[in-house]
Amino acid sequence: MIDLQGYGGVLAQGTLMTLKLFVVSVLIGLILGVIGALFRLSKNRALSYLATAYVNLVRGIPEIVVILLVYYSGSALVRALLSIFGYTKYIEMSPFWVGAGALAIMFGAYASEVFRMAISELPKGQTEAAAAIGMGRGRTFFRVVLPQVWLLALPALGNLMLVLLKDTALVSVIGLKDIMFFAGRAGQTTQQPFTFYFVALLIYLLLTAVVMVLIDRGEYFANPAKRYQARIAKERR
Amino acid sequence: MNFNWHIVIEHLPALLKGVPLTVQLTILPCAVGLLGGFVLAMMRQSTIKAIRFMAWVYVYFFRGSPLLVQLFLIYYGLSQFTWVQNLPIWEPILKQAYWCAMIAFALNTSAYVSEIIRGAMGAVPKGELEAADALGMNFMQKLVRIRLPRAFAMMIPAYSNEIIFMLKGSALASTISLMDITGTARTIAARTYTHMELLTTAGILYLLLSWLLMGGFRLLENRYNRHKLAPNAGI
Repeated sequence: MIDLQGYGGVLAQGTLMTLKLFVVSVLIGLILGVIGALFRLSKNRALSYLATAYVNLVRGIPEIVVILLVYYSGSALVRALLSIFGYTKYIEMSPFWVGAGALAIMFGAYASEVFRMAISELPKGQTEAAAAIGMGRGRTFFRVVLPQVWLLALPALGNLMLVLLKDTALVSVIGLKDIMFFAGRAGQTTQQPFTFYFVALLIYLLLTAVVMVLIDRGEYFANPAKRYQARIAKERR
Repeated sequence: MNFNWHIVIEHLPALLKGVPLTVQLTILPCAVGLLGGFVLAMMRQSTIKAIRFMAWVYVYFFRGSPLLVQLFLIYYGLSQFTWVQNLPIWEPILKQAYWCAMIAFALNTSAYVSEIIRGAMGAVPKGELEAADALGMNFMQKLVRIRLPRAFAMMIPAYSNEIIFMLKGSALASTISLMDITGTARTIAARTYTHMELLTTAGILYLLLSWLLMGGFRLLENRYNRHKLAPNAGI
C-alpha cells in the first residue's frame, strides 16, 4: 500500500477542513440560492435584474478569480458596506470565512437557477389552493412551495454539491489548510509529490462517493410518496 | 473603498497579452476532449464488459476529483519518478507547465464530454436508427450518417457549457506559473498591491470571452437545429 510517512494525521485534518468548508458553504449557498430565485421571480424589475446579473457574473468568471477577489477585497467591501450604516471599526475576515463565502457565492448562483426552475415547474394550482384556504404569502412559501421545490430541486442540487466539493480544493490557493494544502506540504518535504497528490485525489474520490450516496438518501427522504411506497412494499412482504 | 482606474488602464495591455494563452488553454483541450470523449463514449457502449468498465473508471476518476489535483499530479507529481524523467518527452513536454496544463485539461474535459456525447447518442430517436436498419445500413454507416450528426446537434448546448467550464478552469493554469489572464493579473497585483482592480479586470475579460463563446455556439446551434426552427425562417 501507499506509505504516508506519518502524514496521515495531517491529511485527515485537511479532510476535516474540506468537509467543514463544504458544509458551511452549502448552507450559506442554499440560502443565497433561495433568495436569488425569489429575486429573479419577483415582480420588482430591479430585484430581478440584480439576480440575473449575479448569476451571469458567477457563470462567466473563473472560480479561482472569484476566490482571490473575495480574499483580497472582501473585507474592504464589507467594511465599506458597514460604514454606510455607521460601523467604522476595523474588520478582518478569517480565510475560512472568505473561502466559505466565495464558495457559497458560486454555489448560490447556480442553485438560484435550479430553484427558479423548480419553482416555475410547480403547478399553479398549489399556490392558488393555498390562497383559497387563506394562507398568506409567507406561509404559502414556507408550507406549500418550499417543501415541494426542495423535492424537485434535489437531483440538480446534488450535482451542484459535487461541483462545489471539487471547488473546495481551490481554497488552498488562499492558504486554507485543506487536503490540497497538506498534500502539497507532504509532497514537498518527502520529495514524493505524486504519492501525496494521488492520495489527495483518492480522498476526493471517496468524498464524492459519500456525498453521492447521501444525496441519494436525501432524495429518498425528501420524497414522502417514495417512502410511503417503500413502507407499503415492506408490509406486504 | 476606492477603485484605482489608472492601474487598470496602465496594465490592461499586459492583461490582454494573456488572452491568447487563455484561449489556447481552452480551445486545444476542448478539441482533444471532443475526440477523447467520443472514444470514451464508444467504449462505454462496448459489448465487452472490461472495456466498458475501463471507460467507467476513467470517467469516474476524472469527474470525481478536482481539476487542480489532476493538474498538480501531472505537473509536480510526475517528477517523482526517475523513469519519467528519462523519457524522451520529459524535457520538451512533461517538464513544461504549458503542456502539463494542456494534458491535464484535455484528460479532464474528455471525461466530461464523453458523458455529454453518451447522453446525446442515447437520445437519438429509436425510429431513426430502425429506419437506418431498414435501409440496410451497417454499424459504421449508421454511426457516421445518423447517430453522430444527430447527437452532435443535440449536444451543442451541453457542450458549449462544458467549453465555458473549460474557459473558467483554464484560470487554474496560473497556479503552475503560466501567464494567462489570471496569472498576469496575479503577478502584477502582487507587485503593485492592487488585487481588487486587476482581478476585477481579469474577471471582466473572462466574462467577455464567455459571452463571445456563447454567442458563437448559439449561431452554431441555430444552424445545426435549423429543422427545429419555425418553418420558412431565414429563407
